[in-house]
Amino acid sequence: MSARLLASGSGDKFEAPGLHIFDWKPIFEGQAGLAWLTKPTLIVILAALAVILFAWRAFGNPKLVPRGVQNVGEVAYLLVRDQVARPMLGKDGDRWMPFLFSTFFFVLFMNYAGVIPVLQLPATSHIAIPIVLALAVYGMMLFLGIKHQGLVGYFKNVMFPPGLPKALYVILAPIEFLSTIILRPFTHAVRLFANMFAGHLLIAFFATVAWWFLAEKLTPLGAGVGVVGFVMTIVMTAFEIFVQSLQAFIFTLLAASYINSSLHADH
Amino acid sequence: MSAIAAVSGNLGSIAYGLAAIGPGIGVGIIFGQGVQAIARQPELTNVIRQNMLLGFALTEALALIGFVVPFVHQ
Repeated sequence: MSARLLASGSGDKFEAPGLHIFDWKPIFEGQAGLAWLTKPTLIVILAALAVILFAWRAFGNPKLVPRGVQNVGEVAYLLVRDQVARPMLGKDGDRWMPFLFSTFFFVLFMNYAGVIPVLQLPATSHIAIPIVLALAVYGMMLFLGIKHQGLVGYFKNVMFPPGLPKALYVILAPIEFLSTIILRPFTHAVRLFANMFAGHLLIAFFATVAWWFLAEKLTPLGAGVGVVGFVMTIVMTAFEIFVQSLQAFIFTLLAASYINSSLHADH
Repeated sequence: MSAIAAVSGNLGSIAYGLAAIGPGIGVGIIFGQGVQAIARQPELTNVIRQNMLLGFALTEALALIGFVVPFVHQ
């Protein structure tokens, strides 16, 4: 939260926030062993701890009549099970619930860090974090596909879906290979990253407009722009909460869909 | 040969604008048809919403590639 980040420009010219708002120095500067501990990694750790604590409090000592956190936990569990696991994975859905539940809430808490005061940075706006999550799902997808359909069978099912005219496979096979094996992990990671990145930049932009025109350079003409920036900051924050929830949901939905495509060949 | 018109500033923003046209139309069609399907068959709302979101996520992929290319290609 240095002055460099709060000041919206040097001199008299308004400067929109750029990529530098995503650059964070190590929290304990100068200590070689802790160079990895920056704000984004701290948020990842906090999100992981929050998921563990939430699941522990909710399901660690379940009662027949739920009280307190267990109520919330059961609603959350039902949401993931009935909206993601069962429609996507069918009867295998319940077996995959631990993975899907923790993925959903891990991503959700990392996204929510973007609107929680003081933190105010979605950890998933750093491409490294969605990449790790998407690679885990991708590795699982390949492993399960080869395990359940065989090495040749899996790639045959991916590239040559049965029941089409022979000539069509010339076009279809490369497209299917590209979209399933190469683009899938890429879009899976980038979808989450791009939404969080753009959302954070938008909020930062309107907040900077409000700060610049209302606090730093208050003029009769500029005040109107500042008020618009202030109102838009609030509106965009509400919109971000919606987008953050939706993206966490879609990330889990796609993970379930990819796992299902490996468990059962498309017919 | 002198240029008749020139664009200054970040070309990446123009690239993203172009890349967003197709997915924009696609997402519109998906949600339009989805809402229509729900209006016709309200009892299938859950199934339709599921497929709507899945189709939305897949269509969005093209816009996302357009969004990332300027950062990669600097």
